[in-house]
Amino acid sequence: MTLTVNGERREVADGLTVATLVGELGVRGRVAVELNGEVLRQAQHPEVTLREGDTLEVVTFVGGGA
Amino acid sequence: MDDALVIAGKRFGSRLLIGTGKYPSHEVMKRCHEASGAEIVTVAVRRLDLGAKGEASLLHWIDTRRMTLLPNTALCYTADDAVRTCRLAAELGMSKWVKLEVLGDERTLFPDVEQTVAAARTLVKEGFTVLPYTSDDPVTARKLEDAGCAAVMPLAAPIGSGLGIRNPHNIRLIREVVKVPVIVDAGVGTASDVAIAMELGCDGVLLNTAVAGAKDPVRMAHAMKLAVEAGRDAFLAGRIPRKAYGSASSPLEGLVD
Repeated sequence: MTLTVNGERREVADGLTVATLVGELGVRGRVAVELNGEVLRQAQHPEVTLREGDTLEVVTFVGGGA
Repeated sequence: MDDALVIAGKRFGSRLLIGTGKYPSHEVMKRCHEASGAEIVTVAVRRLDLGAKGEASLLHWIDTRRMTLLPNTALCYTADDAVRTCRLAAELGMSKWVKLEVLGDERTLFPDVEQTVAAARTLVKEGFTVLPYTSDDPVTARKLEDAGCAAVMPLAAPIGSGLGIRNPHNIRLIREVVKVPVIVDAGVGTASDVAIAMELGCDGVLLNTAVAGAKDPVRMAHAMKLAVEAGRDAFLAGRIPRKAYGSASSPLEGLVD
């Protein structure tokens, strides 16, 4: 199935959970995920199964200041 | 002498708040944080770089046992975007403290205070501890306090400009009209700017570029630490009145002929 992750289209296996997708992205450290405009709680990541056409924003902390 | 900065009931030993942007390297940033003595650090929330596999995360370089993370909404231009960023930050950071920043102009990076107040109201309702970046306008500062913000953070000058405190009179008025901590946020260039903010009675200073962009960032971080302490002490000590003419501090009697 096809997802949009951070603005990029991405082919992934059917039935993937959010947690598995995050693992496949090779993330080190904590991320937050917004699925179709709704922010997911961390506890939801292993529970939510992705569907064809889903749009995700995967964010992390970066340097920034005033 | 206990002179802690208290924000939303949480005590901090340092009145300096520091950013994590624009340092020459993560190593230099970490050393600057140590030299500054700051206990609150701002961080930004951005899309994960999908191309940068395995890169150590920013948090690897921040001592989160000693430092309180303050995620910002930098470069948000609407209340909705800022609120969305705060919700993501809460899931990322395990706390609901945020530096609210809603900009209104790309050239000056001045805040859109109308959107800022709107976002603050929503965030406070959702249980966030909100520290808003704002203009040096006492009326807006009071609105933000009324909205339930835990502090107000007026700018000294445009973000990253290093121009110093452009309107000390307004900063002093803000300190008079609100009860929550007043933290000067943005625009300081060097240690004397920080000392002036503290001498005006501000409760703290938040800065980033003045340290990150200095020739020797670690040394400037240390200078900022001293400036915050010196300015705070001078404020508490109470300065002498300004006089138009000289007033000798040595005895007038007993001069040798």
